[in-house]
Amino acid sequence: MYARLLSHKKWSLLLIFLLLSAALVACGGTAEAPTTTGAPMATEPPEAEPETTLTVFAAASLTDAFTEIAAAFDSDNPGVTTVFNFAGSNQLATQINEGAPADVFASANHTQMDAAVESGRIDADAPTVFVTNRLIVVIPADNPGDIQTLQDLANPGTLIVLAAAEVPVGKYSLEFLDKASADPAFSETFREDVLANVASYEENVRSVLNKVSLGEADAGIVYTSDLVGVEGVSGLEIPDELNLVAEYPIAILNDSANSEMAAAFVEFVLSDGGRALLAEYGFGPGTGQ
Amino acid sequence: MRWAVWTSKPGKRPTPPRRHRPEAWWALSLPLLLFIFLPLLALFLYSSPADLVANLSLPQVRQAIGLSLRTSTWATLASVLLGTPVAYLLARRQFPGRLLLDNLIDLPIVLPPAVAGLSLLLVFGRRGWIGGWLNEVGLRITFTEVAVIIAQTFIAVSLFIRASSIGFAEVEPELEDAAAIDGANQWQIFSRITAPLARRALLTGVALAWARALGEFGATIIFAGNFPGRTQTMPLAIYLGFELDLDVAVTLSVILVAFSFVVLLMVKGIFLRDTPAE
Repeated sequence: MYARLLSHKKWSLLLIFLLLSAALVACGGTAEAPTTTGAPMATEPPEAEPETTLTVFAAASLTDAFTEIAAAFDSDNPGVTTVFNFAGSNQLATQINEGAPADVFASANHTQMDAAVESGRIDADAPTVFVTNRLIVVIPADNPGDIQTLQDLANPGTLIVLAAAEVPVGKYSLEFLDKASADPAFSETFREDVLANVASYEENVRSVLNKVSLGEADAGIVYTSDLVGVEGVSGLEIPDELNLVAEYPIAILNDSANSEMAAAFVEFVLSDGGRALLAEYGFGPGTGQ
Repeated sequence: MRWAVWTSKPGKRPTPPRRHRPEAWWALSLPLLLFIFLPLLALFLYSSPADLVANLSLPQVRQAIGLSLRTSTWATLASVLLGTPVAYLLARRQFPGRLLLDNLIDLPIVLPPAVAGLSLLLVFGRRGWIGGWLNEVGLRITFTEVAVIIAQTFIAVSLFIRASSIGFAEVEPELEDAAAIDGANQWQIFSRITAPLARRALLTGVALAWARALGEFGATIIFAGNFPGRTQTMPLAIYLGFELDLDVAVTLSVILVAFSFVVLLMVKGIFLRDTPAE
């Protein structure tokens, strides 16, 4: 009897211990990321100076493309190590406003770049749009909702997931529906019909994609760059006149301790080689503005 | 509610030994008490009572509150019905693999809720093991209120089993044996002897499971999605509210905290009142 009781207590203790250690590991992981990136900033940056660390804050959707760009950039510039802080643009802008050490900021929209400019750490004329992203309808490869055209999204009983209007892609999705409803090729009630089919407004674009790739939904709306390398889904193009263009600006921070190297990185992103690489990851060309 | 606060302190406790120094313990407890209390206080003071009331009348806020209360109640009920036999088994029986089962029960507590949501999709989703089969007959669970209840039950049931199993283990098996000798059947023994004697632990389990279900976020948003009035519970509305309207998020948070606090207090007040402290 008491032995059994004791074993319960022992197990609860062990469980608490495990939970605590898991929590510690989790905290350590997140706390470490921003601090290590900004460390060695003491020296001024002549190009060939050994061991220059360039810190790039970039929108999460750029993760794959920028990781490859950095590999190419670092091998072109011996002694330079590019490190990233990938997160939602709003988080990155907040971190910049709070003084996080960074050399380059690449945002997924103008709003967050403007917020960083307002903090005074980025000059107003610094941001350049280096890529664009477009909306695309994503459907499971076996197409359970039998969606052949954009008009089919309005078919009764189609199961659709959209991103919540609170996140940019959700806002863009609604704007696409508005544009389509005004287009003679679509019914006037297209927007309402599609919204009546929506089963869920997901928290971000990745979970829209996941719901579709798991086959839980018949269709969703994501960015073209999200579809690169994803298996089990296919895309249904949205024509230019109905589509929304998300612009990604990039800029150097004016207090960067490696401003030359930071400028070289931005130049590399804007170069033909950089553009070609970004195009491979599903991004459209930037406006250069 | 004030009586509940006071009765939850053991009222008739014997005079403490002379060397006992409660002041020292109070001083040592203070950091933690402040650590928990200050953020909650900040939350409650963030918006004025007038704003709170105004936000309460928003349809999305009301829908979220109603949905949360409904689903967490069902999830608690499901946890009690499905969890009680398992808890009793763990407390009373030795069988091969008992340790494994015991461990398995704790997994939902340890599992990141997002992973729990994904696992549920893989079983109850449209292409899942069970969900695929239901889909054949035209039933869909994902994106429905049922999905919310399933997600909450999955996360909350462990807490109920853990608490009630300890309660069952504390009931002397001799009492059950005596009842059996007097001719009581299994159900009578359980409902007249074991459950009433373990009621303290059972109620704790109910309260914990309910509070956990009410606060469930990760598994719900993955498995049930987010649709106002259908699957958008209070935690989901709070999370999405942060992106758009902090005031609404704070209103819902205040209500969530207040509800949980009062219900836990009532449960503890009721059973501590008629059960002598051990």
